[in-house]
Amino acid sequence: MQIEIITPDKEIFKGEAELIQLPGIDGSFEILNNHAPLISALQKGKIKVKKSNQDTFYEINGGVIEVLDNKVLILAE
Amino acid sequence: MPSLKEVRIRIASVKSTRQITSAMKMVSASKLRRAQNAILTMRPYSSKLMHIMHDLSHDLEGSDEGVYSNDRGEHKVLLVPVTSNRGLCGAFNSNIVKETTHLINGRFSEQWKSGNIELFCIGKKAADSLKSAGFPPSRSNIEIFDTLNFENVVAIAEGLMAEFVDKKYDKIILIYNQFKNAAVQIIQTEQFLPVSRDMSQEKDDHTGNQANYIFEPGKKEILEALVPKSIKVQLFKALLDSFAAEHGARMTAMHKATENADELLKQLNLSYNKARQAAITNEILEIVGGAEALNA
Repeated sequence: MQIEIITPDKEIFKGEAELIQLPGIDGSFEILNNHAPLISALQKGKIKVKKSNQDTFYEINGGVIEVLDNKVLILAE
Repeated sequence: MPSLKEVRIRIASVKSTRQITSAMKMVSASKLRRAQNAILTMRPYSSKLMHIMHDLSHDLEGSDEGVYSNDRGEHKVLLVPVTSNRGLCGAFNSNIVKETTHLINGRFSEQWKSGNIELFCIGKKAADSLKSAGFPPSRSNIEIFDTLNFENVVAIAEGLMAEFVDKKYDKIILIYNQFKNAAVQIIQTEQFLPVSRDMSQEKDDHTGNQANYIFEPGKKEILEALVPKSIKVQLFKALLDSFAAEHGARMTAMHKATENADELLKQLNLSYNKARQAAITNEILEIVGGAEALNA
């Protein structure tokens, strides 16, 4: 799936990944390939992006996520 | 006719001024490019945010968006004029000051008389000129443009939002220059808080895909998290716009100054050459006159 993480200052991450773990307001959750359309709010925490068995972490101060057509868009702070 | 030496000195001084203005123009041009890039990277963020907000509020029409949209009239007003820290940028700052005083004397004259209006100046120039115009600002922030990033803007926005929620102010209005292109700035008077309804209705035409989203935890909660975010983004956008507009204005002003210096130099050179020629003619006349006298 295609992932984009953007903040008002810059684009943090753009590319393919198999799994993404997010700090949701009601607890952490993960998104895999072909997830159903989703809009959710995120709280302060770490985003984990897993790409061919390599984990990358990004710190955020809250944000929103939108999943549509296998595209993940994260508006982080 | 000025003497040769006087003209020479003037030419030298105009030349050095021209050097300064053209250097300032170059600096502003490169800063403008950077400021424009910042706006461009921020634009997808704000448009996506608006889009999500729209999708959400579509189904929640009529429900109230919480503490930030609480309209309490115009009893206590905070005006936030945004200017630059430095001058030499044409009418950039004076336009803002003019608009602010216009607002105080016109729309908010009642509140001004009863002392219910306060000014929070962002940028040094507004604070200085409003003070001398008889409207002393209660607070000002002049450091923000040194490092203009989202974090610093959020700090200001959160302060303002807290004061709005505490009912210290009923209305907060931003006055800033919107960046159109390098030569044109548009003065914007924008209601910052309470959140106006038409903000979410602005982009009514691009609903496009109404997919069946799963909302986690719930629409209302997400919207509650989104509204403060969009308010912060609004302030950030205004400041970025003003920053780019400042450099655009300075670039244009300095370009004009350089052109004027060129014009002046041309005229001075002309009168310098005239004076030089007149001096040479005089000398020849004297020599010829002297030779004639010897021959006679």
